[in-house]
This record gives sequence, C-alpha cells and structure tokens, in this order.
Amino acid sequence: MSARDEILANVRRSLHVGGEEAPRRAAVAARLSQPPRGLIPARGQGEPARQIETFKAEALRAAATLAQVAAASEIPAEIARYLREANLPATLRIGADPRLAGLDWAGTAVEMSHGPSDGHDINAASLAFAAVAETGTLALVSGADNPTTLNFLPDNHIVVLFAADVVGDLESVFDRLRAKYGAGAAPRTLNFITGPSRSADIEQTLLYGAHGPRRLHIVLVGAP
Amino acid sequence: MTVAPTSTQFKDNAHEALNDARLQRALVHARNFIPRRSAAAERMPEFEALRDSARDIKNHTLAHLDLYLEAYEKKVLETGGHVHWARDAEHARKIFLDLCHARGAKRVTKGKSMISEEIGLNAALEADGVEAVETDLGEYIIQLRGEAPSHIIAPAIHVTRDDVEADFRKAHRDLPESRDLSQPEQLLAEARGILRDKFLTADIGVTGANFLIAETGTSVIVTNEGNGDLTQILPKVHVVIASLEKIVPTLDDAAQLLRVLARSATGQDMSVYTTLSTGPRRPGDVDGPEDYHVILLDNGRSAMLGGPFEDMLRCIRCGACMNHCPVYHQIGGHAYGWVYPGPMGAVLTPSLIGVAEGGQLPNASTFCGRCEQVCPMRIPLPKMMRHWREREFERHLTPAGARYGLGVWAFFARRPTLYRLATQAAMRALKLASRNRGRFASLPLAGGWTAHRDLAAPQGSTFQAQWRARSGATR
Repeated sequence: MSARDEILANVRRSLHVGGEEAPRRAAVAARLSQPPRGLIPARGQGEPARQIETFKAEALRAAATLAQVAAASEIPAEIARYLREANLPATLRIGADPRLAGLDWAGTAVEMSHGPSDGHDINAASLAFAAVAETGTLALVSGADNPTTLNFLPDNHIVVLFAADVVGDLESVFDRLRAKYGAGAAPRTLNFITGPSRSADIEQTLLYGAHGPRRLHIVLVGAP
Repeated sequence: MTVAPTSTQFKDNAHEALNDARLQRALVHARNFIPRRSAAAERMPEFEALRDSARDIKNHTLAHLDLYLEAYEKKVLETGGHVHWARDAEHARKIFLDLCHARGAKRVTKGKSMISEEIGLNAALEADGVEAVETDLGEYIIQLRGEAPSHIIAPAIHVTRDDVEADFRKAHRDLPESRDLSQPEQLLAEARGILRDKFLTADIGVTGANFLIAETGTSVIVTNEGNGDLTQILPKVHVVIASLEKIVPTLDDAAQLLRVLARSATGQDMSVYTTLSTGPRRPGDVDGPEDYHVILLDNGRSAMLGGPFEDMLRCIRCGACMNHCPVYHQIGGHAYGWVYPGPMGAVLTPSLIGVAEGGQLPNASTFCGRCEQVCPMRIPLPKMMRHWREREFERHLTPAGARYGLGVWAFFARRPTLYRLATQAAMRALKLASRNRGRFASLPLAGGWTAHRDLAAPQGSTFQAQWRARSGATR
C-alpha cells in the first residue's frame, strides 16, 4: 500500500467513513465550486471613496509611506521626487508591465532597468493587482509584468496602485483573481504586502528592513 | 536543530529554568505579546465572531479531511507541482533527502517551519553533508547556538541581545572584530548581509505552510521578515513541508483564518507578507522556482482525528496560548523538552511522541484557563490537558509519590466520617505545630511547597466544621 493510500485509509478509519458517501462528497464539491462568503468585517466596507481613505490610513499604520497623483502620467515624477527626497540613488528597476514601462521616464533623471532582480537593485517599482482597505494591504501577482523578486530583493519597494483597484477585503481580491485566472486557479505567486519588512526577534525590539525592503512607498493614482 | 525529547525530565528542566537568571531576564519580553493581542482584538469589533467562524471552518475541514486532501493533491498536480505523502518523520526526511540527491543539492535555505523541527530535518541534512541555513532571524540565531526554538513564533525569545552579539562575533569571523554591534539594528543588518548571499546561492528552498488551500492547490506562508519569500522564489526548487491538518477548503476560508492569525500572534492586523504559492514557474515567468514539491506529513495526525484530541488539529500555531501562559512565562519553552512548548505543546506532544515521553507536560498547567480564552480556534486546551493527566494516571506513569498520595486521599474521601475525624485531628495538630505563627516556613513532607513559599497554617477547625457553624448561625 502506498503511503498516500495508507494515510487516507487511516484518516477514514478515524473519521468512521469510507470516502464514497454521497452527502460528504456533495458538501465538499459544493464548497469548492461555490466558496461560501465568511464574515466580512465592516472596517473595509463602504463607498469607494471611504474604502480609499481606510486603505490609506491602514497602510500608514503598517509603516508604509504614501503619495497621491491625479493621473498615471505623473507617476515618473512622483517616483523621482521620492527617491530624491529619501536620498536614494536615482535608479529604478521595473518589470514589463506596460502601465509602468510605457510611461515617459525620459523626463526624469531616473536611470531605468527592466526585468527580475538578481539582488543588486537598490530600488524597484511594481504595479499592484489590487489593494485591501481593511488592512492597508497590497496584492501583487507574479509574472514578467511584475516579477516577484522585485517585491523582496531591493532595499526600497515602490508600489503603484490605481484607485480603482482598491477593494474592501481579501475576499474581493479573490473574486478578482477568479475572474482573471478562472475558477479554481491562482497565479503562481500572490503576495499580500502590508508595510515594509520587519523583525522583532531580538528582545522583541521592532526593527524594519529584516530581509525584504526597508521602505515601502505607495503611489496611489487617480483617487478623488 | 532538533534535540531528542527531554520531556520526561520536565520537573528538572523547569527547576533549572527557574534558577537561570539570564533566561529569566530574556523571558520578560514574552509578556509583551499580551497587550498587543488584546489591542488588536479590541480594534476589530467582529473578532469574537471571526473566532467562531475560524473554528467552524476547521471543524468542517477535519470532518471531510480525506476528501479535501484528495482535492488539494489534484490541484497541485494540475499546476505542475508534486505531492509526496509522508507517514512519519523518518519518511519525510527520506523524501527530502532523496530530492536533495536528485538535484545534487549542497545548500538548502529554510523559511521558518515548525514541521521541519518536528521531523528533525536540519540534523538529517547535516549528517548527509547538505548545508541547511535557517533564514528567519530568530531561527538563524538559535541555529548558530545549536539550540531548538523555545517559542513557535519567536524562536529566540530566550536569547538576550548580548547573547546574539557574542554568537555573531563567534560565527562571523570574516568580519572585522572592531565592528560595532551594540545596537539590535546592527545585528539585524549583519544577519541580513550574511543571509543575502545564502539566499542567492541555495539549491533548494524549504518552507512550511500556514495553510494549504484545496480550491486552488495553493500553499500559504505568513511572515514579517520576507525571508520565507526569498527562500522560495530564488532557488530552483521550492519544497513545502506541511502536516495534513493545514488544509483549508477555499481562498475565502483562508481569509477568515488570516483575520485571527496575526492578531492572536503578534497583535498585527496582517503580518507583513502573506504569500500564496501555486505550482512552479509558468510559461513567461522570469523568476520563481522551476520545481514545486509538497511533502504532506501525517506523523500521528490521522490517529488524532475522531478522538478526544481532535480539537487540537484546529491549531494554527499562533502562539497565543504560550504568550498568555503563566507557566510558560516562568520557565520558557525549552523546559518542555520537545518541539512544541506551552499549552499547545502540552497537549500535542503526548499525541505525537506518546504519553510515556510527553505525559509529564499536561501537568505544566495551573488550569487558569487563559490559553483557552485567547485561542483563536477555541481549542479547549485545559480540558485536553486533563484528559492526558487521566491517561497518564491510568497508565501508571504518574510518579509513585503522587500516586500514593492520591491513594491515601481516595481512601479517606470514600469514608466521610473517617475523613471528618482525620481532617479535624490534622487541623488541630497543625495549628499546635504552627505555634500560632499562622504559617510554616518548613514542614516535613511538604518541602516541595515550603521550599518556595510559606504554607498557611490552619486556624484549628475544618472547612466543613466552619460551614456547618456558619449555616447554623444564619438559619
């Protein structure tokens, strides 16, 4: 008997089931194909404008910084400003996402490079798939557009977020995923990011910049 | 680093811990978790209802675990991943070592994983000539010290800043001796630099999983440092080691559990990084692992289902029970003698390594009930500790002195008249012996108590006698 069959047989023996019982199978199939909504806290709910305000407050609470621009065309200037004011080198690595790569970066003094990170990049920018108002959390998905290594290896991570992509809760992000990737499917990596990297492993002292980015800066685009 | 269980010597371990001044200094920080958790819970009006929701999800999952495991496996295979089923710790180690051999792996980076501690992975890798590198800061510190974690989410909570500086100076010999390491920031920066190289040159990255999602075949890790992510996106192979009960049905179910996990653990609303991984690198991807493996570990869990300890399988390893445990606060995690400390460890350890090895641990409780009050999954930990005490007694594993004492008490308790006479005589005798000082600084046969505190001396009559007198007076 394979270990798989043995373990499943042991589970069934303990549960006093055979595994073929129709009501059990139906209950599992129903839950998987139509996931029931759990309890959604009120904090992230409300009109889009209120959700954006909640998102901003919660993201700042998680020690992210945030700036707002009215239109996508203003993104390069805002990122250049951020790097300058934080005394960071004027370099930036981004993926292939046309909503970032297609912007006019030539008008800034920022030296651009493209692709995943090999650990030598000081600054990177990514575009968020969505964001969660309830906890100030960004959601980023893997792929050539926004390589996952950009989220973790650079010292400073800048995330561009379009206001229309702010949703109330994690569940609403999952709805968007199901719409994009299909039911029962998910991107290879989905990163929920709430503030910059931190550790409290030395005498419970909170320190930023453990292994991931020391700074997380959010550029919110098109919010009212 | 996994050590052989010393849980049978719990009393001696605890005694040593109480007399360890350095440990006692470090343990002060363990209490910081209490106000953080309560602040986070208060900030979320729906928190108590979310606990109910989380409990119900896990109960449903455990009742259908066989079917959700099959559904989960099917999804992992569909996305190009591999699933290995491991009966026990030895089997899991073999599966992992076979993967190392097949890939010619020389260096393995590790995200924080209690399951890897449970199966003793680091020692097995070391014996096989494979370098295992813990990358969570706390785990890295204790790996340098050759210790096991003393807390499930703060593994180095027993270590002081001074210790870390000494450990780093000893381990990082290539760095200038004159460097300043007096601040925690400097220690963190040094570990970050050293481990960055390890991340970039590892052959395999291994992580645990907070949840495995059947709907999509996804593994979830929750971290604050980002080390788990660097562990799993940089090497060519990502191996997830997780036990059976980590399964949850859907993404929505995972969202419910996430809402109680970080709040109960560190008091954050969300940990910094919650990462969902589904299969290996896909066409068009420019980073991520080429191979994705899951080792599904049973190691005693299937036998816990359907029995008195099934509720323990709801545990999401937040650490709230030990953060609020007066016994843990006094003795720390190592005294428990195996991988899982605190109230959850006192229940889980005898289940996983047997009541003969772990049966002492359920005695490490004052039954104050705080663990159950704060457990996000509403696990009745005190009730289960009582179950284990009963089993320990039934199997004659209780120390002879305690058994004899209970036998004597039972003899009198079954004979009420004799009990009254004997207690009356004893109360009078003790009152006389106390010479009206009201307390005993030492007393024959009660040294275990009086060594640490005075024993209050009886006032001369028994509780029953006083009760009778009082109810007679009020009538």
